[in-house]
Amino acid sequence: MKFHTITLNINGNNRVVTVRSADTLLYALRGKLGLTGSKPGCLNGDCGACTVNLDGWPMKSCLMLAVEAIGKKVTTIEGLQNAPIQQAFVENFAFQCGYCTPGFIMNCHSLIEQHPDADDEKIKEWLESNICRCTGYAEIERAVKSVLKKNRVP
Amino acid sequence: MLPFDFDYYKPETLKEAVDLFQYLDQQGNQPMFFSGGTELITLGRIDLAYTDAVIDIKDIAESKVMKVSGDHLILGSTLSLTEIEEANLFPLLTKTASEIADHTARGKITLGGNICAQIFYREAVLPFLLADSQVLIIGPEGKKVIPINEIFHEQLRLKRGEFLVQLATDSRFITAPFISIKRRQQWDTGYPLITIAALKTGQELRVAISGLCPFPFRSKEVESVLNNIEMSLEARVQGAIELVPDPILDDVEGSAEYRLFVLQNLFYDVLARLER
Repeated sequence: MKFHTITLNINGNNRVVTVRSADTLLYALRGKLGLTGSKPGCLNGDCGACTVNLDGWPMKSCLMLAVEAIGKKVTTIEGLQNAPIQQAFVENFAFQCGYCTPGFIMNCHSLIEQHPDADDEKIKEWLESNICRCTGYAEIERAVKSVLKKNRVP
Repeated sequence: MLPFDFDYYKPETLKEAVDLFQYLDQQGNQPMFFSGGTELITLGRIDLAYTDAVIDIKDIAESKVMKVSGDHLILGSTLSLTEIEEANLFPLLTKTASEIADHTARGKITLGGNICAQIFYREAVLPFLLADSQVLIIGPEGKKVIPINEIFHEQLRLKRGEFLVQLATDSRFITAPFISIKRRQQWDTGYPLITIAALKTGQELRVAISGLCPFPFRSKEVESVLNNIEMSLEARVQGAIELVPDPILDDVEGSAEYRLFVLQNLFYDVLARLER
């Protein structure tokens, strides 16, 4: 079938959507479901602006077909409700124009969840998946570290 | 977004996938096996890849295996590079795979997808070439197990309707000393220039290279010269350089001359590390 009416679990809710087989998850989120927080950038898997969280792991939604997300738990930036990393971005001035920020936050949120003991090398490895041309990475790295540090306090 | 439509199938068994491909092929379709799918999605967007029927093999149990069986590590072709990296059961593969694309993308790129890709780097194959791994392939003629060095010549020589299911690697190669180095022209995130992976078994050094030619390769001739300790270090490196296959890539990432310069230094690095 070239068209599918599918149920996607997005931000904890089951959403029914009709997509082409060829539609990316990014397109379905933005064009079909009105979730425009995930940003289209390169559309080629390079920039990371479209990053969402898929079953706890970061995923570039431009690199995934919407039909591949059936049975997965998708979290977009709209699904984060005052997550610690969001406040940390504000406190550490970790954005400027803000276009790449949702992707960065979803990637950083996944990192904090998956690797609460992440060291500098791990943080650098993960942050290389996202491109920001105006802020620089130092503030973003500081934001990640501030959350990791708070989470380690007994 | 892709500018063409296709049917999407997600078979749950090897037989179902193979039969489906044959059926669609006979109906005049252009079916494609699909694992991570990143190449179809990115190249299809700019009309460099096309299919009208995607057969997604990620739900097939055999293709998702990651286990030690006797003396062999078995890895399924639809495991993502991130899954392989996190499990770290084959350190040389972990190191080589962890340099492919970027961390998030590696959560989508699969082992089989990288090995069978159109993109010429295909670095994930290097550790398996070095370890004389066996590949399990399924197709219209059934299952077959073949040494990877007999079926990988510039690319995995699959017949129409076949796909890679698993790779099996002897544990003695898993624990052997190794080095894997990726050189880029720019920073840590630029496109790859050359990746070299090397393994030491006994006193024998094995090397496999990606990014030098428009295909990854392991060359017994190159290894023979590098292992000739009766020659001076400089003569071994120079002799190995003269034996690499043609053509040498000459593109925007690096001229042929520059690539050979980088390779020369990589050979020195490998020998320094593994001949201590």
